[in-house]
Amino acid sequence: MKKFTKLTALALSLAMVVASFTGCGAAAGANTFKIGGIGPTTGGAAIYGTAVKNGADLAIKEINAAGGINGVQIEYNFQDDELDNEKSVNAYNALKDWGMNILVGPTTSGCCVAVAAESVNDNMFQITPSGSSVDCIANDNVFQVCFTDPNQGIGAAAYIGQNNVASKVAVIYDSSDVYSSGIYTKFAQEAANQPFDIVSAEAFTADSKTDFSVQLQKAADNGAELVFLPIYYTEASLILTQAASAGYNFKFFGCDGLDGILGVENFDTSLAEGVMLLTPFAADAKDEKTQKFVADYQAAYGDTPNQFAADAYDAVYIIKAAIEKSGAKPSMSVSELGDALKGAMTQLSVDGLTGAAMTWTADGAVNKAPKAMEIKDGNYALIQD
Amino acid sequence: MSFISYLINGISLGSVYAIIALGYTMVYGIAKMLNFAHGDVIMFGSYAVFTIVSTLSLPTWLGMLVSIILCTVLGITIEAVAYRPLRQASSSLAVLITAIGVSYLLQNVALLIFGANTKSFSSVVSMAPLKLADGGLTITGETIVTISCCIVIMIVLTLFVNKTKAGQAMLAVSEDKGAAQLMGINVNGTISLTFAIGSALAAVAGMLLCSAYPALTPYTGSMPGIKAFVAAVFGGIGSIPGAFIGGIILGIIEIFSKAYISSQLSDAIVFLVLIIVLLVKPTGILGKKIQEKV
Repeated sequence: MKKFTKLTALALSLAMVVASFTGCGAAAGANTFKIGGIGPTTGGAAIYGTAVKNGADLAIKEINAAGGINGVQIEYNFQDDELDNEKSVNAYNALKDWGMNILVGPTTSGCCVAVAAESVNDNMFQITPSGSSVDCIANDNVFQVCFTDPNQGIGAAAYIGQNNVASKVAVIYDSSDVYSSGIYTKFAQEAANQPFDIVSAEAFTADSKTDFSVQLQKAADNGAELVFLPIYYTEASLILTQAASAGYNFKFFGCDGLDGILGVENFDTSLAEGVMLLTPFAADAKDEKTQKFVADYQAAYGDTPNQFAADAYDAVYIIKAAIEKSGAKPSMSVSELGDALKGAMTQLSVDGLTGAAMTWTADGAVNKAPKAMEIKDGNYALIQD
Repeated sequence: MSFISYLINGISLGSVYAIIALGYTMVYGIAKMLNFAHGDVIMFGSYAVFTIVSTLSLPTWLGMLVSIILCTVLGITIEAVAYRPLRQASSSLAVLITAIGVSYLLQNVALLIFGANTKSFSSVVSMAPLKLADGGLTITGETIVTISCCIVIMIVLTLFVNKTKAGQAMLAVSEDKGAAQLMGINVNGTISLTFAIGSALAAVAGMLLCSAYPALTPYTGSMPGIKAFVAAVFGGIGSIPGAFIGGIILGIIEIFSKAYISSQLSDAIVFLVLIIVLLVKPTGILGKKIQEKV
């Protein structure tokens, strides 16, 4: 018995020695930036997560091939959160165990808010490509590439008003979702200053998002010409189908959540003809930068990139710019790196795919101009002013 | 005119709930268990139709047939593999938890096979919408087919249970398993038959659900499944006419509360009504009071 205890003690102390060695090894080997990504690559919003994953991947491969950031290579690890807040936090913890220095993500607002509540404790530098709720950037370590929801709501109302798209507008929004209700609130406020009326505003929730007959009929009964859909594309595809089968003839207008509707398998894209959306990226834009991105993305992943891919691609280049500006090094601790990059962000002006001369305020919101697009012949087409 | 339109939409949604609720209620009536995987059998049935009709471009009737056969086989298999070994378990909780497990298993298998992206289901109904009152009222083909299907299924099922030998065996098993066995009824066979019928109904419900609301994901069946379970409890679980009435009432309440009270409170109202009904009549609208002999 005694012998056994001795042996165990020896084995344990040996294990401890070995463990301390490996600990040293990890610290000394920190000569790369480890960028983590989080988003839904499975589940109802998989189009977004996959786009973010690939968009960031493309940017990182380009940067590594060109010699890295200040000569330092980037390692990349993307985790699936299935659009679930809890799984998103789990993904964040898994990435921390992997040794992440900088986080690109999460992709969606709800998950981003959940992860931001954790990342603030680590002072981890976090840049969300597409989490657009204001709550995402409540902490000072989080920055956005996309617009905040209020800006999308205000932008949409201003666009409809200034271009006389319609005079009677109905809204269908998801009251159980922070993205959707956030846009709706600001849209309704801004609509008061615009020359159109909101004739009906109907909600649905995550538990009752199959039948939209009531919401559509109320819009029709109140004489709406345009239905504003500040929602995600899965529900929007249902609304478009139900509107068509019930014989309604509305014009539909949405925000960046509708980006992806043409990618729904077997969806009759003629139903989406004429749908307008405000989104900062158009794959058919003619500028050289966009065309190169689209070609490279198609070659690498066999798919046309959407706004989320472009946001993630920009996010990586924004990180690169911030690191170059601040002279941050991979040997810095997560918190030191966070402080350095936070300081650099407010001094940056980045030309990306999703906007020229993007600048940031210290609260994390981005400043850039929105673009309006219309779906024509089964493609997103930029509306030229 | 809006009122009539809301009413018809309510009955249509309620008919889908009713067909799903029939599956819940039959299984509960006979096997005394809640088959929470029922909603996911619906989803599998819809994917079968989608794969055959949209991916392989084969005729719609073939898709419907294969879907019904597949769901029936799936239902029998689930019962034989996951539920039957637990029927003698000391706690009825074991089989309930297994049912929840099967539900998640089916969702994740669907996720593996079909992927997470939303698929747009092509309607299996080719009927043109009916325009009444100079276009003031439009009734879609899906609505008409759904409501008629529900009524036909309801009548056929009632006749089956009351007029056929197999149906009578089901009634006997639901009343007393032990005594039924002593009378020479094959209890396991009868329960398998119940699962087969319930799952075939799930396939039909899936086609109708996805024809009217065509976004198909691995989670398509779960929420309608839960609502239909509520409908079954509402009408009196174990009762076939109860499931029908419960489903229709639930659909109408849901649409009316959206239309006249608040579109975001509709679920709260649906469940509030459920609580009130259960407080007044604990066995549901048509539920029978069973005296437990001690």
